[in-house]
Amino acid sequence: MSDRIAIQGKLPVGAIDTRASGWWAMIFVVFTEAALFAYLLFSYFYLAVQPHMPGTFPESGPPSLALALPNTVILLASSVAVGWAQLGIQRGSQARLVLGLAVGTLLGIVFLVVQYFEWAAKPFNIDTSTYASLYFTITGFHMAHVVIGVLMLAALLLWSALGYFNRVRYAHIHIGALYWHFVDAVWLAVFFTFYLTPLLGMAS
Amino acid sequence: MTIADYERAPSVATRDEAGLADELQEIWKAEPGIGGWLSTVDHKQIGIRYIVTAFAFLIAGGVEALIFRLQLARPNEHLLTPEQYNQLFTVHGMTMIFLYAGPVLSGFSNYLWPLLLGARDMALPRLNALSYWLYLCAGVFLYVAFAMGFGPNDGWFNYVPYAARAYNGGPNIDFYSLGMILLGISTTVGSINFVVTFLRMRAPGMSINRVPILIWGTLTASAANIFAIPAASLAFFLLWMDRNFATHFFDTQSGGQALLWQHLFWMFGHPWVYAIVLPAMGMVSDGLPVFCRRPLVGYTAVALATVATMVLGFGVWVHHMFATGLPSISLSFFSAASIIIAVPSAVGVFAWLATIATGKPVFTAPFLFFASFIVLFTIGGVSGYMTGSLPVDLQLTDTYFVVAHIHYVLIGINVFPVVGAVYFWFPKFTGRMLDEKLGRWNFWTMFVGFNLGFFPMHISGLLGMPRRVYTYAEGMGWDWLNMITTIGSFVFAVGVLLFIVNVVVSYRRGRIAGDNPWDAPTLEWATSSPPPPYNFVVIPTVASRHPLWEDRLEEPEGEKSHVGAGLVLDHGREAIGTTALDAQPDIILKMPGDSYAPLLLALSATAIFVGLLTHLWWLAGMAAVCTGAAVLVWLWPETALGETAETADV
Amino acid sequence: MDRTALLDVAEERKHTSWALGARAVHLLFSKQKCISTASVLAPVTWALPAHAQAPLNYLTSHGTKADRVLALTWGVMFVSVAVVLVIAFLLVWSIWWRPGLSAPAPGSKLAVERPQSGLNWIWIGVGISSTVLLASIVWTVIVLAQTTNPPSRPGVTIEITARQWWWQVRYLSDDSSRIFATANEIHIPAGQPVLLHLISGDVIHSFWVPALSGKTDVIPGQTNEIWLQANGPGIYRGQCAEYCGLEHARMAFLVVAQTPADFQHWRQNQLQSPSQPAGIAELGMADFNTHCGGCHAVRGTDANGVLGPDLSHLMQRHTLAAGVLTNDNPNLLNWIRDPQGIKPGAMMQAPELSSAELARIDAYLKTLR
Repeated sequence: MSDRIAIQGKLPVGAIDTRASGWWAMIFVVFTEAALFAYLLFSYFYLAVQPHMPGTFPESGPPSLALALPNTVILLASSVAVGWAQLGIQRGSQARLVLGLAVGTLLGIVFLVVQYFEWAAKPFNIDTSTYASLYFTITGFHMAHVVIGVLMLAALLLWSALGYFNRVRYAHIHIGALYWHFVDAVWLAVFFTFYLTPLLGMAS
Repeated sequence: MTIADYERAPSVATRDEAGLADELQEIWKAEPGIGGWLSTVDHKQIGIRYIVTAFAFLIAGGVEALIFRLQLARPNEHLLTPEQYNQLFTVHGMTMIFLYAGPVLSGFSNYLWPLLLGARDMALPRLNALSYWLYLCAGVFLYVAFAMGFGPNDGWFNYVPYAARAYNGGPNIDFYSLGMILLGISTTVGSINFVVTFLRMRAPGMSINRVPILIWGTLTASAANIFAIPAASLAFFLLWMDRNFATHFFDTQSGGQALLWQHLFWMFGHPWVYAIVLPAMGMVSDGLPVFCRRPLVGYTAVALATVATMVLGFGVWVHHMFATGLPSISLSFFSAASIIIAVPSAVGVFAWLATIATGKPVFTAPFLFFASFIVLFTIGGVSGYMTGSLPVDLQLTDTYFVVAHIHYVLIGINVFPVVGAVYFWFPKFTGRMLDEKLGRWNFWTMFVGFNLGFFPMHISGLLGMPRRVYTYAEGMGWDWLNMITTIGSFVFAVGVLLFIVNVVVSYRRGRIAGDNPWDAPTLEWATSSPPPPYNFVVIPTVASRHPLWEDRLEEPEGEKSHVGAGLVLDHGREAIGTTALDAQPDIILKMPGDSYAPLLLALSATAIFVGLLTHLWWLAGMAAVCTGAAVLVWLWPETALGETAETADV
Repeated sequence: MDRTALLDVAEERKHTSWALGARAVHLLFSKQKCISTASVLAPVTWALPAHAQAPLNYLTSHGTKADRVLALTWGVMFVSVAVVLVIAFLLVWSIWWRPGLSAPAPGSKLAVERPQSGLNWIWIGVGISSTVLLASIVWTVIVLAQTTNPPSRPGVTIEITARQWWWQVRYLSDDSSRIFATANEIHIPAGQPVLLHLISGDVIHSFWVPALSGKTDVIPGQTNEIWLQANGPGIYRGQCAEYCGLEHARMAFLVVAQTPADFQHWRQNQLQSPSQPAGIAELGMADFNTHCGGCHAVRGTDANGVLGPDLSHLMQRHTLAAGVLTNDNPNLLNWIRDPQGIKPGAMMQAPELSSAELARIDAYLKTLR
């Protein structure tokens, strides 16, 4: 028949690597969340360059790195662990997958705990000043993303332990890991803004 | 296991192959009854719901306007108190811009995209259902406020400090803020769905230079929304924080900035107003050529102009802030950008004119709407150009001149194309034609009423009538103009009524349409009216922009599109995934069946916001847990979706 | 229902909807007292005939800044009208040039063609449009440069504080004894630039006197500075131009441009305390200080409230309540007696006064020249 077309040959079936629709959806979730943080940090910088009473922006001087710097390292380490888990399942290792996810989840929880202590130690509340409002709101937004990420890693850990994934079909891992790496990358931007720019001269 | 264990060679057949259509019907049909209605993920049903809901909001917003037009018909009128007027005009704007203009285009796009692209469904069908339910919930949330007498009352752009707790003590603005955040989630997930669908779900051979312009329009708007909506959601969230937790983002007594609100809001707001017209322009670009019996002139130019308009649209937001006292040098940049953005619009106007001029016009009702749109677009465009010039804008802004501009662009570039699109695609949606004669009455009443109502606003604006005034004095030179505007708005309302009547009557008694009553070229006309749940029996392959006209246009020799034969995908609900640029098949995707998860997720998300609004933190917390549970159930890896190591589904 | 009947119904609805709707809304919402329109006399015909018909129009101008923008305004308007006419002509020509085919029966196949490409329309149209647009940008930037700086150094500086829903006007000076306040009416010397400091006392407002200048927003937390210059003597109406709440509609003001000599005379008078009242007016002063002095100030007396307009020379002003009423009998009395009836939501509550007290206060206020 003149309408016949050539047989395509074999095609993979299902949610496989970056051909899964969910992967692409997560890419754009990352874009929209990145935009959200961009607007948050824009708000910080917009307010930072306005005139302030001395010593109020940042409130009580530049924030201490004592907890924040180690915490940044912890979060980066959790990303490494999750990345290690991803590479593991690509090679077919269930053990690496489960172990990497477990370590990543744990480090994520540690990050949250440390940040809770950092919050508790602050000498100001959210309503103390504009800076204080920005600090708790922006780090709070980030913390919320970490909480969601930790819950997601926990779910991935459960599914991995149940043996759902293998070296071909592990789209969920790929998608979740993307989100987690994003959360960590965005922390670098938040960390830079709050903890480093005052030391680089953006303080009054 | 290797990838070979998960591969299969899909078979090929013609669309009349015995039993194939019935088999697919079994696989794809909706559950019966109310359960099916609540759990469907069929993009066609979701699209219709969006359109119907949006029109319900259009009518509500219209009635609100008619009421305050009565108040404004004469000077010193006393039909409304200032507070009533302020809520009416605010809710009118909010309704039209957020609850009608965006969602109606989402609805058309939802219905049409898979059909235009030769696909079985959107890329993420459950996410699609979620976006509709969230929209409905957000709309109800916002209207509950109005019904309780707590409607937002600070204009649709809600400037601080008037929106702050100190000046607006009731829950009005809290309702608005939280409702908008909820609505923003709906729009965002919907936008993500469109972008992913564009990248992954096109029929084999439908390279990006062969997709209909509606695809370009919605794609552009969706990509823009992904980047723009967080600005508004954030602005409303920070406002809610200022109002409820005494934070100091916008509080000018303590280091906050009133203009931060304006920047954040307009960084969203300006891209948004392009997002609510570009898909409609795309519908005209696809529909008008059918009634000119030729393909669109300058397809590439129009597609690029669509994208260019949106990109430039991110660079003009400060033109809403020309009077705020920002430094002249930055204002002049935005003024220049706001004038230059007219260039890609001009591309569209001349493309449409050229299509008519070099084609053979056919005077159907849709043609009337699509053709008149060109003039209305131009009027709205030039009034925008005038306001783009900074020194002139300082006189024009915040007068009825701007009200004229926004209504010419919104009604002219959204409503008229939408009504034309209903006339054009109603046969596809329902299998019946809308009445042509009533269509002409509908058109002329709407056209005359609209111009009678809104053209005089240019003049009252130039004579200095300010916006958002609940009354005005005699002797200002505005009396007759306002009276004419009020009369015109009622005539326009009659036109809309005629449209509704035509839809309601023709749904039951319109002439049977058949597959392709307009003899149009694109893929949606290659399947039945209405289409079966699986859209196409076999997946088409595409070799041009106008598959159904190929045999009549003298095209250079080459590949032809194949609509009558193609890939058979019948191992459960399946669709073909293709590459982003050239649409080469690269995977067989497993599509989800009906699910209650999207509805449950929307309801529990709404409950979170109700808890936040009422400060019932336990409610918000519990609802958050429910939301998390719904997400977990939704995302639980399923073999039927090809997400696990099992091979049963291959 | 057949189509003719349908249209009859639609037609009928059009006529009755107005009357029905108006009555229904009135019944539902009418809680107002009836104010006779005679008492609410807004404006005020002006010395200049161009503004008699439309006091807030900006198609004519009477000030330096507005003059410099006027040509550009007419220019872009001319371009706009021309573009609309050309496009409308092209559309009608496109549709009627080829003979229109009647609406086909659905399902019939009409010929499909791709004739000469038509791209030339786009090239030519966009080419001409771009040229006009670029020229507009250049002209815009030129006019912007012309309106940024005053022609000479401003001799008068006025601080204007916008509040819900009136305008406080303070004349500044290096000599603190030459500072005075008034409200809702700004006097300026004609033919010279004046500098305005715009401050907000609460929410965002916008200062706009179209005959003289475009708008400048008044934003809390910052002071916006603008200059104005009137070409010649006259009275120009202004209006708040940013939605600011319940009575945004009734937040007008006047700019009174006078010859420099008249302006000096006016300023001298403003600097003096009003003359000591006698008789019933003196009794009224005591009542005023008691009931009104908490919000209002009168120079040289015990009344020194800052929440409301300064009333020292109230009788010199043309209007009351920020341009809502002309300043005469019985408007003044009605305003004091029932401000909420005239301007619902205004910050001024109805004072609890007997009619005798009202009459005395009215008599006192009439001495404030």
